[in-house]
Amino acid sequence: MRKFIEKLVEGGLLLSGSVTSLTILLIIFFLFKEATGLFNSPSVEEGYVLAVNQENPVRHLSPEKIMDIFDSEITNWNEVGGIDEEILLVRLSDLTNYFSEEELGDEFQFIPEKISELVGREPGIIAFFPHQYLADNFDGAIISGDKITLWDFFEGTKWYPTSTPSPIFGLIPLLLGTLLVSVGAIALSLPFGLAVAIYMAEIANMRVRNLLKPVIELLAGIPSVVYGFFGLVVIVPLIQKVLNLPVGETAFAGSVVLAIMALPTIITVAEDSMRTTPRAMKEASLALGATQWQTIYKVVIPYSISGITSAAVLGIGRAIGETMAVLMVTGNAAVIPTSFFEPVRTIPATIAAELGEAPAGGAHYQALFLLGAVLFLITLLLSIYVEFMSSKRKM
Amino acid sequence: MIRINAKNVDFYYGSFHALKGISMEVEANTSVAFIGPSGCGKSTFLRLINRMNDLIPGTRMEGQILVDERDIYSKAEKVDQLRKSVGMVFQKANPFPKSIFENVAYGLRVNGITDQSYIEETVIKTLKQVVLWDEVKDKLKELAFALFGGQQQRLCIARALAISPSILLMDEPTSALDPISTGKIEDLIHELKKEYTIVIVTHNMQQAARVSDRTGYFYLGELIEYDDTRKIFTNLDKESTQNYITGRFG
Repeated sequence: MRKFIEKLVEGGLLLSGSVTSLTILLIIFFLFKEATGLFNSPSVEEGYVLAVNQENPVRHLSPEKIMDIFDSEITNWNEVGGIDEEILLVRLSDLTNYFSEEELGDEFQFIPEKISELVGREPGIIAFFPHQYLADNFDGAIISGDKITLWDFFEGTKWYPTSTPSPIFGLIPLLLGTLLVSVGAIALSLPFGLAVAIYMAEIANMRVRNLLKPVIELLAGIPSVVYGFFGLVVIVPLIQKVLNLPVGETAFAGSVVLAIMALPTIITVAEDSMRTTPRAMKEASLALGATQWQTIYKVVIPYSISGITSAAVLGIGRAIGETMAVLMVTGNAAVIPTSFFEPVRTIPATIAAELGEAPAGGAHYQALFLLGAVLFLITLLLSIYVEFMSSKRKM
Repeated sequence: MIRINAKNVDFYYGSFHALKGISMEVEANTSVAFIGPSGCGKSTFLRLINRMNDLIPGTRMEGQILVDERDIYSKAEKVDQLRKSVGMVFQKANPFPKSIFENVAYGLRVNGITDQSYIEETVIKTLKQVVLWDEVKDKLKELAFALFGGQQQRLCIARALAISPSILLMDEPTSALDPISTGKIEDLIHELKKEYTIVIVTHNMQQAARVSDRTGYFYLGELIEYDDTRKIFTNLDKESTQNYITGRFG
């Protein structure tokens, strides 16, 4: 009987273990499946057509160029390798400027031929309309939208996911925003964290340590949205005032909030690893006439350097993946940051902010999944590094 | 010349009275062995001489210990300065996770010596002094852990000698070593006592008899006997000492 129960428990443990691993694998599979869908989407919005006059030699436009044209940044075809002709933008809603309602028909049944007529008539036209209005004998040329490539995504310097007719998904501004905020956070939290860890492991007496440790661990339990509030109400106005900036929601504000959030991790991991320094090592150093400080930086820190590295990397991992607090304080401008004191947008904040408005299954939706996959890869690399460091430590 | 002079030393770990009224004098350039059963206070007393017990919270000392006529527990005494003149070798070899060279150079560097050629000279000199030079001269850059136990312990002795202390404390330096390594270290102690005052704690009676000029027998925190080693091992005055040395307990 007891044997049977033991077998049962063993089976249950095996089952829960394998279900957990399987779930994680499925999540990763799902993430990548959705993400790679982006590379099959056309760069022009699906179901729409972009057309020009037959005489116009331009048959191909990059998403950036299309966006510049529709934003009237580019106003002449010769800027995109065409003839010297003013660009005439025509959207479906503009048709009423050219034709009367009678001409378009009561049920808009003549729209296809009128579009065809207009495109044939105007040499500088670029027309953007739904595919259903494309006439059979269309008098014009269709601008071919390429499929979005891996290169476009990883090299793209612009993130305009809702731009019509051609959304632009460029990773660079978001990646740089993420890295800037994270590097800033680690640069702020590592010195403080190490200082506290050294104090707690080597200097503080038992009573102080027993008081400090729970307080620091409590810090790790505060929900990130509360840190976000704190950042928004205290840090952002402070930064704006002290540094005299137009807005306080900057990469720096994000770094400060993340630094506070990463501190408990860094302190706990670094302190634990410093405590593993054998007493014999410290005694050997002290017995040679080294002072306590010499012993700390010549023996304790070198001995626990791999643990300290782990602490830093885990801190970075937390900073990179953090969403809410960063979303609240960084200002969320998806542009390539040129300084620490301007708004940026991080990858997790982008996903959180945009997923709600992205149509499921569309290019934007898939692009957000791809961002998630990129984030996953970054944190995966960090954890592999930590594993590697801690296995080296055991040797 | 009296190098170490303990006057009525009492020592407490919290409420535990670990040493009771210890008084002894150690002459310069002699070697003294402390023997006694486990927990008798001999290591505790040894660690008082370089104030290593300061590191243990909740301890208290009464009485006086003079090293070269300086009261080492007075307020004016700087503990890191004291430890420069009182070197220590531990029970288990504890080299730093650094190269062989850097292990020996450590004491010089923490004492603010930056003259590289002086450091190199001293490292070579002390490695020769502990008869380790021939074994390690080709691998000074290798990690000290690459050495085997007896070599590591000799390296630790070299490390302690590099800053030229006047006293060398040894806390059961051979208890973790094989007989051959032990023999080498005992030979070394014979050489070293010409220049240094050596205090050695040992569990090994034969070792105490072989290496020391004087022997102190500790029992339950008291110094029962302290006399010439030959006398202790031949005319056993006190019964407790006799029982211990002849192996009836301990």
